[in-house]
Amino acid sequence: MDLSAINPILLIASLMVSATPILLAAIGEMVTEKAGVLNLGVEGMMITGAVVGFAVGVNSGSPLLGFVGAALASALLSLSFGLLTQYLLSNQVATGLGLTLVGLGLSALIGKPYEGIKSPTLGDIHLPLLSDIPVIGPILFQHDIMVYLSIALVAAVWAVLKYTRIGLVLRAVGENHDAAHALGYKVIRIRLLAIMFGGACAGLGGAYLSLVRVPQWTEGMTAGAGWIALAIVVFASWKPWRVLVGAYLFGGVTVLQLNLQAAGLKVPVEYLSMSPYLITILVLVIISARGFHGAPASLGRSFHASS
Amino acid sequence: MTGTLLGIEGLTKAYPGVVANDDVSFDIREGEVHALLGENGAGKSTLVKMIYGLVKPDSGHMTLRGEPYAPAEPRAARASGVAMVFQHFSLFDALSVAENIALGMENPPKQRDLARRIRDVSETYGLPLDPARTVGGLSAGERQRVEIVRCLLQEPRLFIMDEPTSVLTPQEVEILFQTLRKLKAEGTSILYISHKLEEIRALCDHATILRLGKKVATCTPSEKSARELAEMMVGASFETPAKAPRELGDVVLKVEGLSLPSPMEFGTSLKDISFEVRAGEVLGLGGVAGNGQDELLAALSGELPGAAGAVTLKGEPVGEMGPDARRMRGLLSGPEERLGHAAAPDMSLTENALMTAKMREGLVRGGFLDWGKARTFAEKVIERFDVRTPGPENAARSLSGGNLQKFVIGREVLQRPEVLVVNQPTWGVDAAAAAAIRQALLDLAAGGAAIIVISQDLDELMEVSDRFGALNGGRMSEIRPVDGLSVDQIGLMMGGAHDMEVAHVAG
Repeated sequence: MDLSAINPILLIASLMVSATPILLAAIGEMVTEKAGVLNLGVEGMMITGAVVGFAVGVNSGSPLLGFVGAALASALLSLSFGLLTQYLLSNQVATGLGLTLVGLGLSALIGKPYEGIKSPTLGDIHLPLLSDIPVIGPILFQHDIMVYLSIALVAAVWAVLKYTRIGLVLRAVGENHDAAHALGYKVIRIRLLAIMFGGACAGLGGAYLSLVRVPQWTEGMTAGAGWIALAIVVFASWKPWRVLVGAYLFGGVTVLQLNLQAAGLKVPVEYLSMSPYLITILVLVIISARGFHGAPASLGRSFHASS
Repeated sequence: MTGTLLGIEGLTKAYPGVVANDDVSFDIREGEVHALLGENGAGKSTLVKMIYGLVKPDSGHMTLRGEPYAPAEPRAARASGVAMVFQHFSLFDALSVAENIALGMENPPKQRDLARRIRDVSETYGLPLDPARTVGGLSAGERQRVEIVRCLLQEPRLFIMDEPTSVLTPQEVEILFQTLRKLKAEGTSILYISHKLEEIRALCDHATILRLGKKVATCTPSEKSARELAEMMVGASFETPAKAPRELGDVVLKVEGLSLPSPMEFGTSLKDISFEVRAGEVLGLGGVAGNGQDELLAALSGELPGAAGAVTLKGEPVGEMGPDARRMRGLLSGPEERLGHAAAPDMSLTENALMTAKMREGLVRGGFLDWGKARTFAEKVIERFDVRTPGPENAARSLSGGNLQKFVIGREVLQRPEVLVVNQPTWGVDAAAAAAIRQALLDLAAGGAAIIVISQDLDELMEVSDRFGALNGGRMSEIRPVDGLSVDQIGLMMGGAHDMEVAHVAG
């Protein structure tokens, strides 16, 4: 094994790229859950975003249009979840699982003609001066726009939840929907918007996989990233900056194990491949074993105005 | 000030199967405290929800200062100067006091200004509050202050209070009344909903009484006796439970140094609780909600097992045992929440009877359920406790609160307990059913059982208990004989005014 083959600068730089899809999906799901809705369909929304983003990107030649298409498609898919759970009061867990299955099947169908094609991809942004700083430059300042957008999104979500009225109302709805209703807030409307925001974010995350990270379409290419995003929201105790840390931790271990594989570490590949999932779950268990959690009190509970 | 503030004319609201309000009319004058009086299910809540814009009336109309008033939503009601404090507090546990208050305002100022205004208002009205604290950690009295301050910040013209005193100590009630009188003196009208008659006689200028959705009368409560008001409310006279003189036997249940952490978030841990109950005795345990009542019931019933020696039943340590083992030995219990804790809402009465009576009544044989016997037992409960239901195959959910309460208490009483622990046995139950339940508990004690009644209703505790103790912050006060106990002493046992006396009522 030759550890010197691993370039730490490239490793950290690719960590950010590797973590971006999960970060996008997780921050969206966090907002959904803050409004009190548990949407387990992240995986399905991500892969729908991946395939629609790829298709739009290939056909239009513009990866940015691809991202827009992915966000719209996944938001639409999440809206179906919203209508089922908010108006028809279906069980959120079952509907979310169904959404994942629908997404996986639908994406395979849409994606058939696009297998084996390469898509146009986003170029890295070169910031004069900043990008040329040794070490820090390649790590922080030579990425594509979506990497920065995802970080900006985390900051925006944090600021909106903490400082604005709409953020306060959103948290209130997730905390106690009966009380929010009694005060005259539109619980269902707010939840639908939060669900669609979560869907759009998951779609962006999926499109980042197929348009930038890979960049190709293969069936089932999200490979559980949506589930990890769900887990990260819990492990981050529904706090935006911790979601960022969680996503980068998972991304980091993913990149590290790929590098270790390439360096010829004498451990069966299967163990290395499962390590990001194992480590993330382990951290999750340790964190929740401390007994600290900040789950929104109405999370996963159906709301009906008459009760 | 004799002008009419809110005029209500012919309001009617029907839900499937029940007319909640039937042609209700009355006026609330400027600067008066108007009581809305009625049993549970009389339609008080529906009426105030219509005034607050949460429910639209089917017919009838309202006027506010002569103008037509038909709020489409609470926001519109608030904009017209109508504010409401809810019976079950509409607060958000995980948010701070300031955030909770901002949520109830139309145009909340910036956080810093809001914090200052909260301090101003809370000092003016003697309601101390720290804007930065998380609501989940506040006592019931403090939570109510949050709601009141939230309303006051909007300078309401009509202030609706739904059962505000059910969670307060007597001292806190007195301070609340001072606040309300001050508001009234400033010209604010108050619609005060309650079924506590003495309070209404002390506080209110007029009272409107509802029964089964219809207005029975509008009267001046200070001119009527509590008995007259009660009979108007119920529509009939009823028996008050009679305490028969009885002999006390040996100590049956002994609790010694019971300390248990609460399993619930924002729960109250039990701290070093010790007491004894004798055969034939009724021990009443008071205290403001959330001071360890649920935890104490769980510790006694066996839902929350602890150290073996902490609970002793007839000399045998049972502290480590689960509920079934304790039931076998004669320690039975009935928790507060009837839908979901005392009874499974979607299961039939027979199934619900089975769940607690399976061993003492021999309803299980060789691992198989004896449905015939279970049904007979459920029928016996229904007959003996006058539970109004078509039959034992009906779901627990389909019963009214009072009927289900009679069923869950009756189910325990008919199992011949040696010790029975009940929490809030008559909560949300109409006066006649409450009297029946209290009488059943007294009869059980007369038959030699030891009974612990945990309740927030002080009148109830005075009526049934021989000795009284109070829970405060998870600790037990000294336990005293009920005879000769004054309201002031009881209030102090419950923890006094919870730091309210430090507040300075200005003006």
